[in-house]
Amino acid sequence: MTVALSGKDIAEKLEEKLPGSLEDSGEDYLLVKSDSLLAVAEYLRNTDSLSFDYFNYVTAVDYYSYFELVYRLDSIEHNHSIVIKTRCYDRDNPTVPSLTGLWQGANFQEREVYDLMGIKFEGHPNLKRMFLWDGFEGHPLRKDFNK
Amino acid sequence: MEVGDEQKYIYSDTELDRYEGQIIEDLKASSQEIIPDPDTWLDEEVKRNVMLSTVDSVINWAKRSSLWTAICFPACCAFEFIAAEGPRFDLSRFGMEIMRASPRQADLMITAGTLTWKMAPIVRRIYNQMPEPKWVIAMGACGISGGIFRSSYAVVPGYNRIIPVDVYVPGCPPRPEALIYAIQMLQKKIAKEQVVPDLPGFLQKGK
Repeated sequence: MTVALSGKDIAEKLEEKLPGSLEDSGEDYLLVKSDSLLAVAEYLRNTDSLSFDYFNYVTAVDYYSYFELVYRLDSIEHNHSIVIKTRCYDRDNPTVPSLTGLWQGANFQEREVYDLMGIKFEGHPNLKRMFLWDGFEGHPLRKDFNK
Repeated sequence: MEVGDEQKYIYSDTELDRYEGQIIEDLKASSQEIIPDPDTWLDEEVKRNVMLSTVDSVINWAKRSSLWTAICFPACCAFEFIAAEGPRFDLSRFGMEIMRASPRQADLMITAGTLTWKMAPIVRRIYNQMPEPKWVIAMGACGISGGIFRSSYAVVPGYNRIIPVDVYVPGCPPRPEALIYAIQMLQKKIAKEQVVPDLPGFLQKGK
């Protein structure tokens, strides 16, 4: 059974390595500032004791005042997992760094989030619509989407 | 009795009878030859094996007895179609169990499932690639009207928006019996089709 690592434990390590990168942390998640997401993800992936080598999924939630992105990372080597979150407060132009450079599996999933939620991933190699066609107006999973 | 001039051309009753009798005798004598049967040139073997019918009914019989389905099953109604294909419901009883991966070899499209607008051009292309004559069965609520996804931004509200539909099968999904019934309805429809054009009407149209 995969062990869900405590966010608090990892937050302590992160505070040493990358001070000021976290907004919050709980028993089962890390809430990362969006501008330090790439550095945190790189740390989680490349640290030997953590080595999150498998990008499980990314999804997004619309809380009206901000978007929250939820990433789940797994380690096949150690058989443990962690959930990291980040927030975009700019509704008109929400932007987060892309994790495609670290995990190729993020490619299509970030395109899906872009398609349905309209969040732009900086550094993504091929950021275009995934399920809807080119020319579709709006992002249908946003709460204010109205056809 | 002496007959005057004014009475010369009036026959007596016996003469009239004789005259009419002679006409009948002449007709009878000239009608002794039988009009030949047009089938006399056929020998006994051919007579036993040939049935006369119309071109329409023969061609329609051939068309409706071998409906080949194009494989185009976008969603979950496909499973009911697979069940109908299988040994329990055994679609091959009706001569249409063959499915074609290439639409160019098919003449029936069973639209089993929800169609999204992104998929719609592909389905339309499959339909256009099928050679004439061709028919479409809209299977399930989604095929008829979009079903529960009708109000969605991404779903085609009914296949008849993009291709002409012959038979509609309601249900979500329809039972295999319903599908088989729909196919039989389609076969009845094909049986009524006119293959050879009505000649006088056809010539008038030509003018």
